[in-house]
Amino acid sequence: MSSQLVQPSEEYLWEQYEDRKQQDESYLVGMWTFLSTEIMFFGALFISYAVYRYKYPEAFYAGHEYMNVALGTINTAVLLTSSLTMALAVHFAQKRKRWMQIGMLVITMFLAFGFLGVKFVEYGDKFREHLVPGYNFEWNQANVNRLEASTAPINIIPSLKAGSLPADSAISHDAQMYFIIYFAMTGLHAIHVIIGILIMMVFIVMLVANHPSVRYHMPMEMLGLYWHFVDIVWIFLYPLLYLIPR
Amino acid sequence: MLKNHLFANAASSFAPKFDEIFFVLTALSVFFTVLVLSLIVIFAIRYRAASTIDRGKPITHNTKLEFTIIGFLSVVGLGVFFWSAKPYATIYGAPPANAQKIYVIGKQWMWEIQHPDGIRENDALHLPLGRPVQLILISQDVVHSFFVPAFKVKRDVVPGMYTSVWFVPTKIGKFRLFCAQYCGAFHSQMTGWVTVMKPKDFAAWEAAGGSFSEGGHETSMVQAGKALFNKYGCVSCHGVSTGMAPSLSNLYMSKVHLTNGSTAIADDAYIREAILNPTVHVPVGYQPIMPVFKDQLNEGQVLDLIAYIKSLSSTSLPQSPANSASNRSGTDEKVKGKTR
Amino acid sequence: MSVTQLENTIPESHPQKTYLNDGNTIGSWLLTKDHKRIAIMFLISISLMFIVGGWAATMIRAELVEPQGHLMSHETYNKMFSMHGIVMIFFFLIPSIPAVLGNFMVPIMIGARDLAFPRLNLLSWYLYIIGAGISLAAMLSGGVDTGWTFYTPYSSVYSNTHVTMTIVGIFIAGFSSIFTGINFIVTIHKMRAPGLTWFRLPLFVWAIYATSIIFLLGTPVIAITLALVVLERTLHLGIFNPAYGGDPILFQNLFWFYSHPAVYIMILPSMGVVSEIIPCFARKKIFGYNFIAFSSLAIALFGFLVWGHHMFVSGQSVYSGMIFSLLSFLIAVPSAVKVFNWTATMYKGRISFDAPMLYALGFIGLFTMGGLTGLYLASLTADVDLHDTYFVVAHFHYIMVGGAIMGFMGGMHFWWPKITGRMYPEKWAKIAAVITFLGFNFTFFPQFILGYMGMPRRYHWYPPEFQTLNILSSIGAAVLAFGYIIPAVYFIWSLKKGPKAPQNPWRATGLEWEEVPSPPPTHNFARLPIVEREAYDYEWMDGRDDSLSAASVAGGKGDG
Repeated sequence: MSSQLVQPSEEYLWEQYEDRKQQDESYLVGMWTFLSTEIMFFGALFISYAVYRYKYPEAFYAGHEYMNVALGTINTAVLLTSSLTMALAVHFAQKRKRWMQIGMLVITMFLAFGFLGVKFVEYGDKFREHLVPGYNFEWNQANVNRLEASTAPINIIPSLKAGSLPADSAISHDAQMYFIIYFAMTGLHAIHVIIGILIMMVFIVMLVANHPSVRYHMPMEMLGLYWHFVDIVWIFLYPLLYLIPR
Repeated sequence: MLKNHLFANAASSFAPKFDEIFFVLTALSVFFTVLVLSLIVIFAIRYRAASTIDRGKPITHNTKLEFTIIGFLSVVGLGVFFWSAKPYATIYGAPPANAQKIYVIGKQWMWEIQHPDGIRENDALHLPLGRPVQLILISQDVVHSFFVPAFKVKRDVVPGMYTSVWFVPTKIGKFRLFCAQYCGAFHSQMTGWVTVMKPKDFAAWEAAGGSFSEGGHETSMVQAGKALFNKYGCVSCHGVSTGMAPSLSNLYMSKVHLTNGSTAIADDAYIREAILNPTVHVPVGYQPIMPVFKDQLNEGQVLDLIAYIKSLSSTSLPQSPANSASNRSGTDEKVKGKTR
Repeated sequence: MSVTQLENTIPESHPQKTYLNDGNTIGSWLLTKDHKRIAIMFLISISLMFIVGGWAATMIRAELVEPQGHLMSHETYNKMFSMHGIVMIFFFLIPSIPAVLGNFMVPIMIGARDLAFPRLNLLSWYLYIIGAGISLAAMLSGGVDTGWTFYTPYSSVYSNTHVTMTIVGIFIAGFSSIFTGINFIVTIHKMRAPGLTWFRLPLFVWAIYATSIIFLLGTPVIAITLALVVLERTLHLGIFNPAYGGDPILFQNLFWFYSHPAVYIMILPSMGVVSEIIPCFARKKIFGYNFIAFSSLAIALFGFLVWGHHMFVSGQSVYSGMIFSLLSFLIAVPSAVKVFNWTATMYKGRISFDAPMLYALGFIGLFTMGGLTGLYLASLTADVDLHDTYFVVAHFHYIMVGGAIMGFMGGMHFWWPKITGRMYPEKWAKIAAVITFLGFNFTFFPQFILGYMGMPRRYHWYPPEFQTLNILSSIGAAVLAFGYIIPAVYFIWSLKKGPKAPQNPWRATGLEWEEVPSPPPTHNFARLPIVEREAYDYEWMDGRDDSLSAASVAGGKGDG
C-alpha cells in the first residue's frame, strides 16, 4: 500500500479505539466472527439436508432431476464472477480509487441481480410444475405424466385435486422433502444475496457522495468478506442440490 | 406411601439395576457434597478475617493435584458410565425369544394397548408376572412417553417410528402409567394403570377376553388385520396370483427389490411405510398403482395389518414351538435396527 | 492521577462527571452508545422479564398445592409453565449476566473505553426489546402452550396457540445474543490495555469469552430451527412432521444442539462472577488460575458435544446414547475442577462474609448439588426413569436458579457500588442471601424426591400421593420470593438513600476498582492504564494497604 494515499491515522478513528491498527483488526475479527455465526446458520440446514438425503436417497435423486442444471451452472459462473469484481472493488478501495470502486460495485450488483433473475426463473418453473411444497406440490401428477408412456393401468390411481394441501393429497412426501430443503437453502441464500445488494446500494450512494466513512477502506473489505461468504455457500449448494450422483 | 415409594418397589427386572445405580450415585453425591460443604465451613471458620491463625506460605496453584483430581474424577465418571450403559442397552435392545409382544399406541390423550390375541385396552395394561414383555410403541399424533415409575421404565412414543422397550414384571400389583412427554392440554390426564397378575389369573383374564378392562375385543390382531385386508380391497390385487401386485405370503423379513434399485428388508417399519405411502416402495416388476392409505388407516389398524401379513409368513412354516421361537429371535435382531 | 490519590480523596460532596449524569434526557439514554448505559437498560428490561417469569412461577406453585388444582384450566396451566420457561430462559437468564454485568464490566476490566462496536451493542438492546416485546405480547394476548422446548409435531401442527409469534420474538432476540457475543469476542481479543495479557485477565472475562463462543456457534442453529417450525406451521411443510416424512427427532437434535450449550451460557458467567468474589473476600490470589480459565473454554467446547443426553429415551440409537452419556460424564470434570479451585482459594485466606461472598458460597453449594444430580441424568440407566420427571426440574433449577441467579445476585451486590455509586444496606443483603439459600432448597429439594417417586414434569394434575412434597415445595417458593423481593426493595432504596460508595469499597483488585471512580465517567479511563500485575494480587494489595494505613494514622480506613 503506497503510503501517500493513507490518510493521517487519526482520521476515521472511532473514539473507543486507540489507533487505526486496533480499529482495523477489530473490524476484521468482528467480521470473521460474524461469518462463523453465518456458517452455523446454514449449518442447521446442511445437517437437515444430510439427514433427509441419507433417509430418502432415491427421492432426492428423483427430485434433483427437476433441477435446471444449465441455469444452476450459469448462476454459479455469475456468482463466481461477481466475487472477482467484488475483490477488485476491495482492491480499489485500498488504492482509494473512488470511481473504480463504484464501477466494480455496479458490476457486482448487476451480476447479483442476474443471479436473482435466474433464480426467479427457476422458482417460476417450480411453481408451474407444481413442485412448491405447501403451495401446490403434486408429485404424483408429475409421475403420471411419465407413466402415460408406459402401459400401466393408471386409472387405479386416486384422482388428485389440484392445489390441495399435502395433508389431503396423495403425494410422495419424500420427494417433497427434497423441495422443502431446496427452497429453504436457496431461499436463505437468496435472502443473503438481497441483503448484499442492499448494502452495495448504500455503498454506491455513499461513494458517489464521497461520504467520509467510505473513504476508509475497511468497510469495503467487510462487504467483500460478506460477499465471498455468500459465494462460498453457493459453491456448496450447487453440487448438493443440482448434481446428485445416482 | 412415601416409604412405599422410596424403598422396595422394584416391580420389574430393570428396576433393581436402576436402584443399584441410583443409590451408588446418591452415595457419591452425598460424599462429594459433604466434602465440599465441610471444607467450605471449616475454611470459613478457621480462616475468618478475625482469626489470627498462621497463614504462612499460601499456595496459589498445584498442577499435580489438579491433574490428579481430573484423572480421578474421569475414572470415576467412566466407571459409572460403563456400569450404567449395559442395562440401558439391554432394555432398548432385542428382547429374549419368549418375550410377549404388546403394541402401544399413544394418542392425545389416551393409551391404546393391543395384545396380539386381540384384547384391546384403553389406559390400562394387564401383564402376567415373570414373563418378558416387549412393548412396541408408536404415536398417532405428537410425541408421548410411556412411563411406569414402578418399573423404572420409560420410552418415548414417537409418530412415524416404532420404538421398543422390554422388561420382566416381577411384582404383582397395580402400578401407575404416565405420559412423561408433554403432549398438549390434557397431558396430565394421559395416565392409566398397569396391572401385573399371576400367570394363572392372567390366563383367566385373557380367556375372558380381557373383560376386566374396557374396550375388550374378541378378534385377534391377525383376524382384525384380515378383516381390514378384505374391507379395503387389498385382497383384489394382493390376492393369489392376480399379477397386479406382489403376493404377501412369506413377505415378512424377506428382502424386497424396489424399482428405484434399492433393496429393503420387509420389517415392521417397512411394511408400515409401504402401506401408508406405497408410491415410494414399489417392488420390481410392478406399477405404482396402490392407493395411499395414510389418511384412511390409524396406527392400530396398521399394526393389525402388519400382524396379518406376518401371519401369512408363519402359516407356511411348520408350527413347532422351537422353530417359531428361533424364528422370532432371528427377526427381532433385524427389527432392532429399525425399531430403535 | 495515581491510584493512591484517588483513594485518599473521596469526593463526597463534589459532584463528579459520571456516565449517569452525562445527559439526563430520555434520548441520551435511548440513543446512547455507552456500554454502561446500555447495561443499565438491559438490567431494567431483564428485571421486568424476571417479574413476569416469576409471576408465572408463583401461579404454577400455587396451582400445584392441590392435586387437582382449580385456579386455572389445563390450557392456562400449560401456557403458564410455557411462559415461565420461555421468559426465564430466553429473556432473563441468557442475557442476564452477559448483557448486564458483562456489558458494564468487561470493557472496564480490560482497560477499554467501550466495547469494540458500540452501535452494534445498542442494536443488541433494541433487538432484545423488540423480540421480548413480540414474544410477551404473544404470550399475554393468548399464550403459547408448547413449553419452552417447542417439540414437534406438537408445536408445528397440533398446538392452536400463538406459537409463530412467540418464535418470531425469540428469533429476533437471538440476534441480540449473537451481536453481544461478537462484541465481546472482538473487544477481548483486540482492546485489552497494554500489559494485560490473556493470563492476567480477570476470570470473569474468560467466562464471558467462553460464553460468547456459545452465543456465536449455538444461537444461529436454534434460530434457523425455530424458523423451520414457523414455516411448517404457516406453509404446512413437513420438515419435522412425520406425516409428511419429516423426522421429529431431528428437531430435538437441532433444538438441543443449542439449548444444551445454552445452559452453559447461563452458568459460565456466574462461575466468572464467583471467581471474582471469592478471592476478594478471602484476600487471596485465586487458586489454579489457569485451570479455571481453561475449564471455562473446555465447558464451552464440550458443551456442544453432549446435546444427545436430552434424548436417551427418545428413540435415538442406543450407540448414540452411549457416546453422549460418556461425554456428559466427562463434561462434569471441568465444573468439578472449578469447585475444587474455589474451595482451595479459601484455604489460608482471610475470609469476611459480606453479602457477595454469601451469595458466592451459596452458589458453590447449590451448584455442586446441581452438578452432581446432573450425573444421574447423564447415566443412561438412571435417566430412563428420571427423564422428564421432577428430578430433572429440580436438577436444572439447582443449576439455573441455585447457580446462575445466585451468581447474578452475588455479582449485582459486588458491583452495585461501582455501577450506581451507592452502597446497599449490608445487613438486609445478608438476610436476603440467607433467605434465598434456604428458600431455594426448601423449594427444589422436595422436587428431587418427587422425581424419584415418578411425578412427571409439566403435570397440571397429579396423583394425591405427591401432594405433601408439592406443598412443601410451594411453601419454599413463597420463602424464595421474599429472597428476591428484599433485594429489589433495598437496591431501589439505595439509589437515593444509600451511602455514597467509595471507589473501592471491597479493596478489590482489578482495573474497575483500582483505576476507575464509582460510578465511572463516560469514557471509563482518563488515560488508559498499563497493567503490570497478575489478576487477584491480594497479597500485594493488602501489603500496600497496611503501609498506607500506617502512614495516615489519623485517617484510619478510608474505604471501610
